[in-house]
Amino acid sequence: MNFISRYRRSKFFGPALLAAALFVLGTSYSVASATTFKAVTPSNDKTTLIAEGKEIFARGCSSCHGLNLEGGAIAPSLIGVGAASVDFQVGTGRMPMADMSVQAARKDPIYNEAETAALAAYVASLAPGPAAIRNEDLAWERSGDAAEGGQLFRSNCSMCHNFAGQGGALSQGKYAPSLMGVEAKHIYEALITGPQSMPVFSDKIITPAEKLSIIKWIKAAESEPNLGGASLGRTGPVTEGLLSWSLGIMALIGVAVWITAKAK
Amino acid sequence: MSKSERVAGTVANYVDERTGAAKWLKKNLNKVFPDHWSFMLGEIALYSFIILLLTGTFLTFWYDPSMQEVEYEGSYQPLSGLKMSAAYASTLHISFDIRGGLLMRQIHHWAALLFMVAIVVHLLRVFFTGAFRKPREFNWILGIGLLTLGIVEGFLGYSLPDDLLSGTGIRIAEAIIQAIPVVGSYLAYFVFGGPFPGEVFIPRIYTVHILLLPGIFLALITAHLMLVWYQKHTQYPGPGRTEKNVVGYPLMPVYMAKAGGFFFIVFGFTAFLGAVASINPIWLFGPYTPAQITAGSQPDWYMGWLDGLVRMAPPLETHAFGHTISWNILIPALIIPGILFTGMALYPFIESWMTGDKREHHLLDRPRNAPNRTALGAMSLTFVLVTLLNGGNDLLATHFGLTINQIMWFSRIGVLVLPPIAFVITKRICLSLQRSDRELVLHGKETGRLVMLPHGEFIEIHEELSPEKKWTLTAHEQLPPLEIAQENQAGVRNPKGLRAKLQQYASKSHQEQIEKPSAKDVLELGDGRH
Amino acid sequence: MTSDNQSNEIAPLTDPGIPAHLHRKSDLDPKAAKKAERQVGILFIISALGTILFIYSYTFMSEKIFIFLPVLGNSNAKQLFLGLGMAISLFFIGMGAVHWAKTLMPDNEVVAQRHELRSEEVDREDFVKTVKEGAAAAGLGRRSIIKRTLGVALGLSGLTPLLLLRDLGPLPKDDFSKTSWEAGTRLVTDPGDRPIKPSDLEIGAVAQVLPELPAGKERKLEDIGKDAVLLIRIRPAEFQLDAERLSWTHEGIIAFSKICSHMGCAVALYEQTTKHLLCPCHQSTYDVTRAAKVIFGPSARPLPQLALALDAEGYLVAKQPFTEPVGPSFWERDSS
Repeated sequence: MNFISRYRRSKFFGPALLAAALFVLGTSYSVASATTFKAVTPSNDKTTLIAEGKEIFARGCSSCHGLNLEGGAIAPSLIGVGAASVDFQVGTGRMPMADMSVQAARKDPIYNEAETAALAAYVASLAPGPAAIRNEDLAWERSGDAAEGGQLFRSNCSMCHNFAGQGGALSQGKYAPSLMGVEAKHIYEALITGPQSMPVFSDKIITPAEKLSIIKWIKAAESEPNLGGASLGRTGPVTEGLLSWSLGIMALIGVAVWITAKAK
Repeated sequence: MSKSERVAGTVANYVDERTGAAKWLKKNLNKVFPDHWSFMLGEIALYSFIILLLTGTFLTFWYDPSMQEVEYEGSYQPLSGLKMSAAYASTLHISFDIRGGLLMRQIHHWAALLFMVAIVVHLLRVFFTGAFRKPREFNWILGIGLLTLGIVEGFLGYSLPDDLLSGTGIRIAEAIIQAIPVVGSYLAYFVFGGPFPGEVFIPRIYTVHILLLPGIFLALITAHLMLVWYQKHTQYPGPGRTEKNVVGYPLMPVYMAKAGGFFFIVFGFTAFLGAVASINPIWLFGPYTPAQITAGSQPDWYMGWLDGLVRMAPPLETHAFGHTISWNILIPALIIPGILFTGMALYPFIESWMTGDKREHHLLDRPRNAPNRTALGAMSLTFVLVTLLNGGNDLLATHFGLTINQIMWFSRIGVLVLPPIAFVITKRICLSLQRSDRELVLHGKETGRLVMLPHGEFIEIHEELSPEKKWTLTAHEQLPPLEIAQENQAGVRNPKGLRAKLQQYASKSHQEQIEKPSAKDVLELGDGRH
Repeated sequence: MTSDNQSNEIAPLTDPGIPAHLHRKSDLDPKAAKKAERQVGILFIISALGTILFIYSYTFMSEKIFIFLPVLGNSNAKQLFLGLGMAISLFFIGMGAVHWAKTLMPDNEVVAQRHELRSEEVDREDFVKTVKEGAAAAGLGRRSIIKRTLGVALGLSGLTPLLLLRDLGPLPKDDFSKTSWEAGTRLVTDPGDRPIKPSDLEIGAVAQVLPELPAGKERKLEDIGKDAVLLIRIRPAEFQLDAERLSWTHEGIIAFSKICSHMGCAVALYEQTTKHLLCPCHQSTYDVTRAAKVIFGPSARPLPQLALALDAEGYLVAKQPFTEPVGPSFWERDSS
């Protein structure tokens, strides 16, 4: 620890120590919270699929949702939620939940696609509900209309998810997640199942064709290059204000200091 | 005589023979300006204003201030075929179909944000150094006027593209007008030409934004600068600097080159921001309709504190005799800003009332030497900062894992509790700094070198300050508090009673100081080693 | 009292005067001066190169090129280089000029004397006298008729511009209290304009709706600004409404004005789990199960509820117009 005492009096020592401590804390937390699951390889046969789903469910889900999907004190009943809901919740990594925070966050999925399909098949086999969607079935690239999708998005989605799908705050710490990088089928499934705080958008209110348009608009927004330079998060004027107070005025004050400093 | 000197001579001769301006020009070209970085903050605001005029003029060539509904046919695909106002469509046209149009829009908007930042930073410099004292009270008021107009002008400009975000802002502005007791609904109908949003609002604010307010701005800025010119610039205390002189560089050529160069630097830097950082991407917001909204609906930063105040207002309305008064709108949106700005404008007079000092001041205060003023400033800043944070509470919540409800309650309490705390802490800090200045002057600077005395004692060598430094630290004057007679000889209470008491109290608080070292103190200490 | 204060000043230290002038390298060494001159020249040349970049980008660069840069992301090359060209062009003119001033222009500090702004006593007296004489000559003090009538005239003339502004807009009359909703008006989706049957909405579903337009009428923003409604379906058992309000719902479907009763933003942020409506502008929060009672934020009134019924074809319609004005408060609003 000799070098520490050497630099202890430097004015950068405090901030540097703080940064180092935060880094160590952050990395150790993320290592600690990552959990591993044994992979299963389900087959395609419908009944075995359901059986495998049942097994995965019993192992990974039943402790909260109950052995018969009946739900419990901390988790809702899954009777009738349908394969779409399971595919969304598990496929986006929201389920199983890592911790009991206000809402399940998107993360790397813990079950692979086959396992998710098995789980979905099992849950759907007990009570009917909306079927899972496959990306191939969504012809949003061909049949969607981005402009119409934008209108629908601003009427139905942007109040929570922000004008560019970046997400936003709800009450009591809940939030509408960012829509960037979400698979088309998951967007579709979210619209028809209404996961967590999100309401359901029924097919008669927003038709399947309109849903495809919404997806097309979201995808267009996601892939839209930065037409005017760094996007600053696409969250509106707050970051712009921050930039003008930080880089903006600081740089100009720096120049002013240079201008008025006496030349050597 | 070189060629250029001859040309200069000819031009000077030409001008003088026609205007007789030689005497006036000679005096003014040799005008002395003190050099300090903090004296250039106002310049940043001035140059931003010029940039705004230039880029704004460019934008008017294509912008169509009309709320006529049109179908968008420009080159931005995700909006193509949508119905929108001509104002929004023409802003898209400028952004995507005019070469350099987006750049100019972004420079214009960045310059507007920097204009407001620079005004505020300049105001803080003037406030904390006491540059507003006699004879500069009028210029202070002009400055407050410019700040107020800047907020209005910025809000109007932000509203012109008629996008979803700015439309929401206008909707809120309409609600504020509508909430004014007795005449509110009439005023709202007059401003919007009928029910909100109507079809006349954009053309009307366009005229105000590009003609009326810039005109007033030009007049006020000219007056502001003429006063600076006429009254001569203030200067920081230092060796050779007195209330009777001004030490610096002559306008021609040094100051002209520096100031002119600085204009180009500010313009270039704003262009850099416009090139690399997106601002107000209205194509993502979509056209305005009252039934749509986006998460994170925020105004530009200079309105953010107002928005934060409105958000934290308690849900108060008075319902009586068939009428409604919305205190939840009136208090945060009109009454508190009114008090704040009036208080700010009157501050020079309030301070002079507290100190009883009616003399001219050209030497600036170091903020620590006016602890009460500095603390008042810190208190106001804390107030604005809390409200500003609350104006972005939704983004704070999502980015720092908080809840909007927590931030709201923190702000509601904090806005009342934190400013007084800031006042007390700042005042203590100022007095400590004064104490450390006194130490420095009397005992010199700690060098960190230890020396062992012959009898074994260790002492740290203190290096004596230079006479220049000592003078800088002690040049300020310390006035004693006023002594106001609370009653006359006959024992009759001062007819001004409460006011006199208040003034006495304010004066005492304002003049709280650590006594600065006098010449005698320094002499007594000898060589300064202790 | 002020002049007394100054006598209390303690004996100050002595002012050592302006420090001796320090010469710059470029003052003493012709080589250094030459070097500084070259530096200024280089700065100006960089500026010229910036202008060339600007011209090139403006004239020849395609709008369709995108380049990926750290921090900036995938950026439009034309916009970027136009801007950078302009920035360089202007910035380095400034840098050059300042560097020139700092290194090569005289840097001797100059002292100028200030003069008190207050005029000489003689001038001040003369001025006061002139004003007094002028006022006396005009006779304002004596001729009270003139004084009063002038006051009346000036005061009244101020009304002219005010009156001229009268035609800026019509009078509001009872506009604020009226919307397009009538008894029997169908609810249609926004956008899409499709009528809605109760079976179209599942439990937990929402719909943004507007009143159906009579044939041939166009929808104006002014109407949307008052008519927008949010339709929500929850389990009927979850309602905590009085009998009247409950009769305004239909099989768990409830409708509220979407225009915030605080400042008129669209309150459309519905949380399915908590049944709360949140306004993204100022975070007023309303509880759907309790007739949009305000549970948080600055709003002081619940959102007006629209009574629902079914028409002959089974579509949702308004049972009656809104029973109170929608949107933000105003003086004439009878809220009691």
